[in-house]
Parts: sequence; structure tokens; C-alpha cells
Amino acid sequence: MTLTRRHLLKLAAASSLGVTVVGPRRVAAGAAPGTAAMAVLVDVAQCIGCRLCEGACKAYHGLPAGEVTDLSPTAFTYVRFRKISKPLDHVNLGHAGANRRSYKVQCWNCVEPACASACPVAALRKTPAGPVIYDPYRCIGCRYCQLACPFQIPRFEWNRSLPVITKCNMCAERLAKNREPVCVSVCPVHALQFGPRERILAEAAARIADTPGRYVPAIYGVDEVGGTSWVYVSDVPFDELGFPVVVREALPAYTWRALGKIPGAVVALGATLTAVEAIVRRRVELNGKAGGH
Amino acid sequence: MGMPRRRIASARLVLWALVLAGVAAAIVRYVSGLGAVTNLSDRFPWGLWIGFDVMSGVALAAGGFTIAATVYVFKLERYHVLLRPAVLTGFLGYLLVIAALFIDLGRPWNIWHPLVMWNPHSVMFEVAWCVMLYTAVLALEFGQVVLQRVRLWNVLRITRLALPPLVVAGVLLSTLHQSSLGSLFLIVPGKLHPLWYTPMLPIFFFVSAVAVGLAMVTAEATLSSRAFHHQLNTPLFTDLGRAGAVVLSVYLALRIADLVVRGVWGLLFSGSLESVMYLLELGLGVVLPLALFTVPAVARTIQGVAAAAWLVVGGVVMNRLNVAVTGMLASSGARYVPAWGEMLITASIVSGGILAYIYAVEHLPVFGPEPAPGVPREVVRSASHSVGVTGHLVQGADTAPPP
Repeated sequence: MTLTRRHLLKLAAASSLGVTVVGPRRVAAGAAPGTAAMAVLVDVAQCIGCRLCEGACKAYHGLPAGEVTDLSPTAFTYVRFRKISKPLDHVNLGHAGANRRSYKVQCWNCVEPACASACPVAALRKTPAGPVIYDPYRCIGCRYCQLACPFQIPRFEWNRSLPVITKCNMCAERLAKNREPVCVSVCPVHALQFGPRERILAEAAARIADTPGRYVPAIYGVDEVGGTSWVYVSDVPFDELGFPVVVREALPAYTWRALGKIPGAVVALGATLTAVEAIVRRRVELNGKAGGH
Repeated sequence: MGMPRRRIASARLVLWALVLAGVAAAIVRYVSGLGAVTNLSDRFPWGLWIGFDVMSGVALAAGGFTIAATVYVFKLERYHVLLRPAVLTGFLGYLLVIAALFIDLGRPWNIWHPLVMWNPHSVMFEVAWCVMLYTAVLALEFGQVVLQRVRLWNVLRITRLALPPLVVAGVLLSTLHQSSLGSLFLIVPGKLHPLWYTPMLPIFFFVSAVAVGLAMVTAEATLSSRAFHHQLNTPLFTDLGRAGAVVLSVYLALRIADLVVRGVWGLLFSGSLESVMYLLELGLGVVLPLALFTVPAVARTIQGVAAAAWLVVGGVVMNRLNVAVTGMLASSGARYVPAWGEMLITASIVSGGILAYIYAVEHLPVFGPEPAPGVPREVVRSASHSVGVTGHLVQGADTAPPP
């Protein structure tokens, strides 16, 4: 989570490239070359907690309207409010907003998602464009995705006889038409920004570097669980905001270290057992002959 | 003979009542969803059914492959008499696991999907395939008993030739998915409590499955000897206990080394719920039975080995529940205690298994000699006295081969 100096310089260098092409604060939506993985930057310092993103998400995905305080099968995102211990004037709200921060919560659409790796039937899948999408037709309802998710994101319809898993799909349908996620399109401040992940990380680093002392020197999501498609910058430490402390390495690798050994183990064990069986059988036969005489 | 018959009859009534109550709860679950009968939640999606019915169930069914390997691969013929009950327990165990999955899976009508929709990166995918294939292997192994019952001697003779490779396949499949049930939790390094989260999980699950497989054979033999009035050949079970002690020693050494190498042994003395459960699991489920198996005065009595075996069974069940439930609680931020509905359905599935076991033992030649086709019955019967089960041979008369 904490950026090293080298890291920050690298990202800032990348951002200066972005500057020459598209200007400092506007990484145009859909300006990405074809297959680049897209990402969204959430700026906690900027968020004013207006919940327009929440409402737009519900409207776009056909979910019942109304404010919520947690993810659910009818809420793929919500704005979380946290009191902070040391009041700090809010960038947009000034002194009035000094006591709390707000930020949008949704599926992180990880770069190497644990859920997609865990799913036995590939009902969850990472697309090249960035979104992690779900196909209810394939799903068997084992809920291993829920267990595997480091952010406790997937929701299950516990009170339905024909349940499905639900979560933010980063508006994959809109991305396919070169449009940004609907929540990004309605944000009235600079709290949400969409673009190719490389440029989004550069933008995040630029925001941190441009106003020294405002932001904590960290981008949450650069290498958390191997990187996420939603990344956060903040002027309040992430642990105080309730962001989970997660490992740096992509989670599928933890599984693969064991799964990858299986073919070798099968061959070795199979050969050993067959050999043992043959040897012991021969010995039993010889003993039998000897005993018979 | 009258006494146990009546006792079995009344036990049967209770078991049937539990099965029916479970069916009622299952109907509620199918109509109103998993939330209606469980305390599961988005933050705690796996509970008693996965920890006990599935993960413990698969482990307790490991007697099938351990005894099959002992008899068919290592050709230790004196254990042959234990093979059929072990394979029956294994086969029923897997059927019960599948039954539990039909309840626990949110979309059980898609249970066959792993056959055609592949994700080789998923441990669950591998487990699904192994469980399906191994259940088929157990069905074929147990099919021998059925073939004998229906007196298809020629088919029996031919299929018997296929047994050694089938058993090798069964051992391979068991090794894979017993260990993979542990691998399922490798993907939650930040969620499973550090006392249990270790890259060694697959190894631990496999070694403990071998230990509990052997223990289940003893536990089950002592139970059914009481129910069906056979005598047990105590030295056989003493030796089985000795083998179990070797496996338990390896297991215990690995578990302790794991705590030391990872530098988390200090957590054992924190007094937390996890530390208490860990110490209980290892103390009652591994150290105590290991001691019982190795003290000759205890290990030479059938009561001694039976007690030790039951402790091993309890210890492995505790381990699976600790990994799936206890160790996952703190990080989840959720509360979870199994709901009545979960316990009822679990009890119902176990009851169904016991009823099926009783039925199989009463109608199939599970206990007693396994006659080679063409061997006169008298020879077989007298041979049995020198092996494991003697005395009353269940339904032996009508299943023996023609003279």
C-alpha cells in the first residue's frame, strides 16, 4: 500500500506522458486503445457523499431505488461514511466536512480475481477490458467465490429458491460500447475517474504528488491482492477508513502452488502404487509356490 | 438375538423420524431459500454443512481407500475381512456427502456443470471431479458385494481382475481430493486464522484422512459387532491401531513443526477461542489417542482401541470444523452458530446413512468371508475364524457360492 519513492517517481513519469496526450486531470473515457484493461480511481478526499453514484447504479441495473448501508442483491454499490478520529477539513466541504469521510464501495474487479479462480464452473470471469463478470447460467451456488473474496463483496440471494450471486460488474455492457461505468458518469466532483489502468495509476500518483501533504502517500489497489481495477487515494489513512489489510500477492497463486503439483504427484504416486502392487503380488506368488511344495 | 433385534428396531424408528424431519426442513430450504433454515450469511457463507457433512464426511469415508490399498496394493490379506465394511462405509459416506451438497448448493440443479464447464484453476473443480470419479470407483468396488449377493459368479470372477487397477485409481483420487479439501482454504490467507492457515493444509488433510480412515474401520467394527453380535478379532484391531499410531505420530510432528516454522506457536497460549479449540483438537484428537494406541495394556483390549479410534474420529471432525468454521469467524466480522435447521438436516443425513448401513448389512454379504467363486462354503467359513470376524455371519447362508 505504501508507495516507495521509486514507485511514485515511476508513476509520476507515466503521468507526465498522460499530460502531454490528454491533459492533467482528464483521462478521457473510452480513449483507451482497444484491449487495455480499464480502471476507476476513487478519490476519498474529493467525495462529498452525495450518493448520486448509488442512485445511478440502481437505475441503470434496474434495482429498486433507496439509500442503503451495505451491498446486497439489490445494491451493487453504496457510499460508506466513516467518522474520523482527527478532524481534517474536507477538500470540497471545508470545515463542515472535517469530521467524516465518505467513499464508494463496490466490487474491486481485481486484476487477478480470487473469485474467478475459485469458481469451479467459470461462472465468474475476468474480461480483458477489466470487469469481472458473472454468468448465472453456469453457477452451481457453491458460494466459494464469497469465501475466496478478500473484500467480502459477492452477495447471495439467501431468501430465494432460485438464487444467484450478485456484484458490481463495472458496467461491462457500457464498457463494451466504449462508455464509462454509469456511476463515474454522474459523479459531480472529481471523486471518480475512469480510464486505462496504467493511466489511472499515473493520475492517482499525480494527485498525490501535485498537492504535497494532502494525501496519504499510498494508492490502495496498486498491488493489494495483486492489484485491483478500482483504486483509491485518500487524505485519511486507509486503515482508519476501514479498508482491509490484504496480502500483496494475487490470491490465485496461493492455490496454484498446490494445484500445479498435482500432475506430477499423480504420475509419481500412480507409478509407485502400481510398482508396489506388482512386486508384492510376485512375492506372494513365489511364497505360495514355495509353500505348495 | 431378540434383544439386539428389538434395540435395532427402536433405533430405526428414531432414525426414520430424524430423516423425515430433515426432509421437512429440506422442503422449507428449497421453497424459501437457504436463509430460511440456516444462519449463513454473505460474510459467513460456509457453515456446519460444509464443515461437517461435506469436509468431515469425506474424511470419515477414507477407510475405503486406506483398507483397499492395504489389501489390494500391499496384499496384507489378514485385513481382507475389514474391506467390505470399509468400502460400504466409504461408499455410503460419499453418497451422503453428495446428498448434503444437494442441500447446501444454492443451485443444485446445476451440480453436474463441472463435468462440462471447466475451470482447471479452481480447487473446487478438482474436488468435484475427484468426488464424482471416486464415488464411481466405490460403486464398482462395492458392486462386488452385490454381484455376490445376486450370485453372478462369472461376472464376479471377471470383474475381480479389474480390482487392483481400480483400487490404485481410487487411492489416487482419494489422495487428490482429501488433500484438496485442505487446498480449498489456501486462497484465504487473510481470512483463516494463522493457527490453521498454512501452505501445509493439503498435506495435513491427507495425513489426517488416512489416520481417520483407519480409525473409522475400528470404530465402526466395534459398533456393528455390538449391534449384530459378532466377535471381533482383537489382535487385528490392535495392529490397525499400531498403524494408526504411526500415521498420528507423523501428523502430530508435522503439525507442531508447522507452528514452529511459521513462528505462530505463541498464539497457542493467547487464551483466545481459536487457541482453545486448537489445543482441544490436537490434545484430545491426536495426542490422547496416540498415547492410548501405544500403551500396550490399552491397545490390547478392544475397548482401548475403540476409545482411541473414536477420539481420532472426533479430532478430525474438530479439525475440519475448526478450519471451515472456527478459524474463519474472527476475520468475517459475522456471528455464526448453526441454526436448528442446519443441525436437523445434518442429523437427518447421518441417520439416513446409518439406516442405509443397517439395510446393507442385513441384505448383503458385508461381513464375513469373501468367497472366491467355486470355493466350497465350509472352507470359506472355517477360514473366517482365523481372520477378523467370527461367530454369527450375517445372511451368510444364502450368499455363499454354489458348491
